[in-house]
Amino acid sequence: MLMRLLRNLSKDKLAMTSLAVIVIIVAAGIFAPWCAPHDPEEVNMKLRYASSSWGYWLGNDHLGRCVLSRLIYGIRPSVLWVLVALMMSVLLGAIVGFIAGYFKGKTDAWIMRVCDVMLSFPGYVMTLAVVGILGAGLEHILIAFVVMKWAWFARVIRTSVMQFSEMEYVKFAKASGIGSFRIITKHIVPVTFADVAVIASGSMCSMMLQISGLSFLGLGIQAPHAEWGMMLNEAREVMFSRPELMLAPGLAIVIVVSAFNFLSDALQIALNPKLMTSKGKLRKKEVGKTVYEYSRG
Amino acid sequence: MDMGSYIVKRILLAIPLLFVISLITFVLINLSLLDPAVVVLQAQEVPQITDELIAQTNEALGFDKPFVIQYVNWLIACMQFDFGSSYVSGEPVWSLVGPAFLNTLKLTLVSSVFIIGLSILLGVICAMREGRAVDKSVRGLSFVLTAIPSYWLAAILIWYLSVKLDLLPTSGMDSFKSYILPVIVITVSYTGIYFRTVRSSMLSNMNEDYVLYGRASGLSERKVTLHILRNSLQVAVSIFCMAIPIVLGSTVVIENVFAWPGLGRLSVRSILNRDFPIIQAYVLILAVTFVLFNTISDVINAAMNPRLRKDL
Amino acid sequence: MNIVEVKHLKVWDANTDKVIIHNSSFQVKQGSCLAIVGESGSGKSVTCRSIMRLNKPWIRLSGTILFKGEDLNQLSEQEMRRRRGKNLCMILQNGMSAFDPSCVIGVHIRETLQTHFNWNNRESERKIISAMESVMLKNPQEILNQYPHQLSGGMLQRIMIALALVLEPDLIIADEPTTALDTISQYEVVEQLIRLRERMGCSMLFISHDLGVVQKIADEVMVMKDGAIVESGDIRSVFSKPEHTYTQYLVTTRLELSNHFRKLMQEGT
Repeated sequence: MLMRLLRNLSKDKLAMTSLAVIVIIVAAGIFAPWCAPHDPEEVNMKLRYASSSWGYWLGNDHLGRCVLSRLIYGIRPSVLWVLVALMMSVLLGAIVGFIAGYFKGKTDAWIMRVCDVMLSFPGYVMTLAVVGILGAGLEHILIAFVVMKWAWFARVIRTSVMQFSEMEYVKFAKASGIGSFRIITKHIVPVTFADVAVIASGSMCSMMLQISGLSFLGLGIQAPHAEWGMMLNEAREVMFSRPELMLAPGLAIVIVVSAFNFLSDALQIALNPKLMTSKGKLRKKEVGKTVYEYSRG
Repeated sequence: MDMGSYIVKRILLAIPLLFVISLITFVLINLSLLDPAVVVLQAQEVPQITDELIAQTNEALGFDKPFVIQYVNWLIACMQFDFGSSYVSGEPVWSLVGPAFLNTLKLTLVSSVFIIGLSILLGVICAMREGRAVDKSVRGLSFVLTAIPSYWLAAILIWYLSVKLDLLPTSGMDSFKSYILPVIVITVSYTGIYFRTVRSSMLSNMNEDYVLYGRASGLSERKVTLHILRNSLQVAVSIFCMAIPIVLGSTVVIENVFAWPGLGRLSVRSILNRDFPIIQAYVLILAVTFVLFNTISDVINAAMNPRLRKDL
Repeated sequence: MNIVEVKHLKVWDANTDKVIIHNSSFQVKQGSCLAIVGESGSGKSVTCRSIMRLNKPWIRLSGTILFKGEDLNQLSEQEMRRRRGKNLCMILQNGMSAFDPSCVIGVHIRETLQTHFNWNNRESERKIISAMESVMLKNPQEILNQYPHQLSGGMLQRIMIALALVLEPDLIIADEPTTALDTISQYEVVEQLIRLRERMGCSMLFISHDLGVVQKIADEVMVMKDGAIVESGDIRSVFSKPEHTYTQYLVTTRLELSNHFRKLMQEGT
């Protein structure tokens, strides 16, 4: 399943390009101190609003800071931390979903009730509420993300687990006395991976847009740290005299989010609905439904 | 099951959910690490916060009562649209939130009309031309357009259309012209998502047997397409119904860029001021709207699709 | 005289370049019933849809398909549409999904009859109701106002047969009409199909993998495997002296099954 997914994906040029973009961006973010030509927080009033030069490829901002360096350091809160929050919600959702799907019965009923309640709150509003209570700050937004998003993953993973634990080879494994944990890691994780990947890549887009939006409003990361939405917020002050400062961070967001969008779409296609059995179809429906519901909000 | 009893049952199902939501909203605010009385005093810019003052405020606002009583009192008040008064200005919350909600609702409804119209149009065109150039380019474009941060697009449009060309107002809500830019921005960021749903729903219906049988019976392509549309839009109706509260909840950024006097702007200001009663009212109102639209969408779906009425 | 003559039909998927049907030729005689037998994926359904010209756009075909001496591939889409339903009528496998799930049954029937005849609503309704009565459907008026999910598979199948009765086509293409049904409904549907032929004298292309049903209804049989015709001819001769190994396999398994069944019945009594 996983191998087939990768094989299908490698045929799609757009998907491979998107994946490459994402990998490069992530790497640049991790190795920011080595990639960035300057200290992103170094103020140099002499270079205020300087246009691009050999030393400063993308020019300087209102405090004379290197725009390129700020852009590269901005990957960390704008992309990397969002990825971390996403992984945490996947992990939480996976644990809860596995418990619900594997043990069924009352446990399942209760967990699903809780999920229903979580899902009946509009995501954007709840993120704002959490930030409103805890105060502005990047970590508060990330906490809000994890709190709000795990239920999505829990629900989808539960559905997958329910279906796969009915399948013959899992029943057989159960009958031959292999422990629950080993069945989960050996048999169920690989097959649910695809569904999770589709939803995760789709939700990555909405999370990145949200976090930059909140930073833009001043509810996210606090100055002087670099973040793409924050950079746009700073550029907005001088929007009419120096519109070019809006360009680089804005394009950075568009490129990365587009890459995730294309990747998410390619993943869905690579799951190849034509080869699926009727059970698979049902699963695809659930995933598809979640993707649209999830896409914003 | 007839429609009447379905509606009654569906509403009865929504009520416990509303209770849970109100409870969570209430608890959430109380989870705050800050002493509410201190927050109130800070918000009112009282120069010296003494223990005595805190005790007074606690008593005046009922923070000293047991939790359950606080919640019940709050809930009863909320049902009468009394959400308390702002910590900052002392005005009743509803007098601030009510008009703001109306303004946001106006913006949302106008945008939704465009989002829904465009989504259906593009979704149908792309599904009919699946895999052709039109389909591929519209889909590709939709991925890029949905990736654009709305405030960035807004800034570009303001810079070009309002400042450079001086065609449209940059902000405010004065005339129908003020609607144009915010509506464009919201429509651009949401149409991509909803058009894809219409498209995929059309495509899955096109593979159904009833389409084959319709064609095999010699029905005209127009009639067959109408059947496909009817069934695809059924799925879309519930999604569109949910689009309204989702857009309603996420106009926050747009409202701040365009200085739209709506809920989003009010809520961000309240967050920065830590004006809890307003935040509480905001969360509660939007969550209730969410549940309300969810119920409406289920009811519409059941009206269109009798199969759904059976299981509830 | 042959009502359908298929010559050198080749069908392939333009997306994957996979050939679905290799150079195949066959004919259906006026008034007779040709059964196409074969496992799923052998190209039976695609053959039918090629005659109806209702394959997916990426499925391409070459060769000629003559219907009453006319090359169907040369017809315009509009001329073809006029023949669908009126001259070439299809009966699908799954009645449940063959009707628009969000409309009552009457809608499809009314639309079809409006397309082909200049009858007013009252007249169409009268005709379909008498046709439905003749295929043993009770309360036809009520059925017309019901949704597909409220009816059983066998009833829906018989509604399709009733519609065919009213349309009086020259050729009926029945694509596995009994596969999705339980034994009793199967029996009823086969009975109705046989009566349909008796009453109208129309030709029939009958697709199935159930040799028992085929034996009952067909005059000639054609066995398909992996997109090729492996054997064809008169039903009795093919079944009594199957030449191709695949046909032999089919016939012997069929015999074993019925022998097994007979044994069970004897043990039971």
